[in-house]
Amino acid sequence: MWNVVEDDLESIAIGAGILGTGGGGNPYIGMLRAKQLIRENGPVKVLSPEELDENDYIVCVGGIGAPTVGIEKVRDKQSYYALKAIEDFTGKKATAIISNEIGGSNSVEPLIPASLAGLPVVDADGMGRAFPEVQMKTFFVYGIPAYPMAVCDEKGNTALITEALDGKWVERMARAVTIQMGAVACYALAPMTAHQIQTTAVLNSMTLAKGLGEAVRVARTANEDPIEALLNAHPGKVLFQGKIIDLDRQTTAGFARGQVVIEGMGEYESNKLTVEFQNENLVARLNSEIICIVPDLICIVDTERGEPITTELLRYGFRVTVLGFPAPELWKTPEGLATAGPSAFGYDVEYADLELT
Amino acid sequence: MHIGIDVGGTNTDAVLMDGDVLAGKIKSPTTPDVTSGIISCINTLNASKPNNAKIDAVMLGTTHFVNALLQRAGLAHSAALRLCLPATTMLPPLVDWPDDLRSSIGGHTYMANGGHEYDGREISSIDEIELRTIAKKMNDEGVRSVSISGVFSPVDDSHEKIAADIITSEIPSMKITLSSEIGRVGILERENAAMLNACLVEVAAKTVAAIETAMGSAGLEAPLFFSQNDGTLMQSEFAAQYPVFTIASGPTNSMRGAAFLSGVLDAVVIDIGGTSTDGGMLVKGFPREAIVAVDVAGVRTNFRMPDVFSIALGGGTVIKQNPLVIGPESVGFRLTKEGMVFGGDQLTATDIAVANGATGVGDPKFLSDINDSLAEQAINEIQKRVEDVADQIKVSSHPVPVVLVGGGSILVKNSFQGASDVLRPSNADVANAIGAAISQVGGQVEKVYSLTEMSREEALNLAKEEATNKAIDAGADPASVEIMDIEEIPLAYLPSNALRVKVKSVGNLDTSKQN
Repeated sequence: MWNVVEDDLESIAIGAGILGTGGGGNPYIGMLRAKQLIRENGPVKVLSPEELDENDYIVCVGGIGAPTVGIEKVRDKQSYYALKAIEDFTGKKATAIISNEIGGSNSVEPLIPASLAGLPVVDADGMGRAFPEVQMKTFFVYGIPAYPMAVCDEKGNTALITEALDGKWVERMARAVTIQMGAVACYALAPMTAHQIQTTAVLNSMTLAKGLGEAVRVARTANEDPIEALLNAHPGKVLFQGKIIDLDRQTTAGFARGQVVIEGMGEYESNKLTVEFQNENLVARLNSEIICIVPDLICIVDTERGEPITTELLRYGFRVTVLGFPAPELWKTPEGLATAGPSAFGYDVEYADLELT
Repeated sequence: MHIGIDVGGTNTDAVLMDGDVLAGKIKSPTTPDVTSGIISCINTLNASKPNNAKIDAVMLGTTHFVNALLQRAGLAHSAALRLCLPATTMLPPLVDWPDDLRSSIGGHTYMANGGHEYDGREISSIDEIELRTIAKKMNDEGVRSVSISGVFSPVDDSHEKIAADIITSEIPSMKITLSSEIGRVGILERENAAMLNACLVEVAAKTVAAIETAMGSAGLEAPLFFSQNDGTLMQSEFAAQYPVFTIASGPTNSMRGAAFLSGVLDAVVIDIGGTSTDGGMLVKGFPREAIVAVDVAGVRTNFRMPDVFSIALGGGTVIKQNPLVIGPESVGFRLTKEGMVFGGDQLTATDIAVANGATGVGDPKFLSDINDSLAEQAINEIQKRVEDVADQIKVSSHPVPVVLVGGGSILVKNSFQGASDVLRPSNADVANAIGAAISQVGGQVEKVYSLTEMSREEALNLAKEEATNKAIDAGADPASVEIMDIEEIPLAYLPSNALRVKVKSVGNLDTSKQN
């Protein structure tokens, strides 16, 4: 058990940005909202998954919508309303909250209803990174139904999805409702038991996000290499270092698709790395050979400061380091890969483990 | 003829431009009241012009308003009004401001009904009675200036305008800043920028009036313009209303002036001073814009600012040996005392340049102890770092001209990686004032269009038309207005038809239209 205090939010935001693998939205506004509530209500308790017991009833929350809209019509208490709607529907009170997605802005979303309801959050999430769609969560891969789901706006509207054929239908219906709600909403879904969390969630991910952020912050203050600090904080590898020389980005059907070409520097000189993205970074090709592919994490950070760079902020000339981190094991099974492996993003390529040595 | 003036922290520089030709220049110390220094420059240049010549316009670039913010001096007692209810309340206005700046303007914040969704629907309707009550309360609290920020006002500014009318009808003396006229999508940053403007309008109105009065009493009839952050001009009456648009005009004018003196439009401009090297990129004569949030006096804003990439390297940078370490410390303005070529005992980047053959600075005889291989190693490293600045600020790998200005530019050789040409313009000491004098007028639009009601082409045409009209309203000769840049940014994670469009137009100042 640990407590999220104001200063931790800066670290979590950096770590969640790195785990966002280029997508997931900027955690800055979520961080400010959590800060505001922690100032008013005190720190939020984080329970480690093994601290849960059989009486626990854990609800997953998240934000849904367009990040560009979320910086204009800023989220308020929607995830708290959604939590209440799920409690009303099931007739059971939640005892803890879990994040749907540790990458990007959703990392801090559970802190909002947790603070407002006086509940702890669980140190775990449904992705261990960022993915674009509601059904892409480990819980759902391993048999937890993606419903009931409550989607709430800021005005007092609630939509309940009480049943669906599968997670993709939940995603479709929730997205349609979200657009009507003004493209910014929050949801609560899939109440789970302690055992279900312990077996189907990506564990200890809030601690990981905080640890990655702290490593970067400490390295910056001490004028040390943030990249080395990141790799000491979490096993992974440098895939490439260089500067961005080309960028091709277009948005189709709600996805920022494209690729960025990085020209090698230092030991990577005279090589090129291409990273292809659809909101998140999906494939890294060294010259033309794939060296890292989804669901493994491909993270582009500023070489000097270790600051994560989202796809919309990529720019010619940036000095970047591309890091690879192995995906959580839950994603590497046949079921996991069917939901979030290369084929789920239209790649006709076999997944191969990221080699760390 | 035009007069261009740059009011810096130390010097006030002014130039007299006859078309594209520099006809006179003057430097004088910046006076505490700012105005008298400007007027003395104007008078000197006005007197020096040929008898039959006429001054058509005076263009002013000033950091005066930034200083007001930094010193918390002369700021109006201001309120931030957000039109948003029931949305966007958890982070109230001014939430991330430094405490002392917030309290120096009174820290009054209000949230009221109004605002729009991304697709133009209302979040809620304007409540006239609510706004009248708020206006009275502001007046009772001594508020003299208010910023009005509606959610998605870049999509639909009508609520901000209605709210402004209601407040003005209740309290006619209230100064009003609309966020839709200041910034782009991103309510917190746009609201912050609007609020910075609101607290500056009083000092801006006073400054503008003082300069115009003094120009009048000096017998100068020409209209007064102010340089904006993006390298275009605004009329003085606009500057009095939108002072926030002037606060980053310094680096923009410096880049544009230097490029103009070098005869290029697309170029990297590198200013090497005593302690730092600043690089900027001009595309078609205008600076590349920063894309991340820009901090002004500790406040996060999102208005258009020139992108400047800086490193700690200048003529005064301290060089250590065994092993070779370059900076980041600098002797700064003490270079002419402490640098070895000036008889001091601190090895600096300037000494390294002189040891490698640079001339015109100090005396090389003091450098006899410097080891040749050290000097060569150090100068190569310095060169590499400056080349790196140029490379980081460029927009593509294509070689472009590099314009070098500043006293520290002797550190750099003419064989420059990534440069198609290296240019060292003369008169670079008044580049800022020249940048102000050659400015054009422009218009910018950034809006979100819903493509359920119109086609993409219609949306683009609307944006182009609005940008063109904005340039003409700002004083451009309609025949000369060109669209400089169109950027389309669709909204991610949203499979619907919303399109964000950014259009920039620019045209020549129509002096015949003035006054």
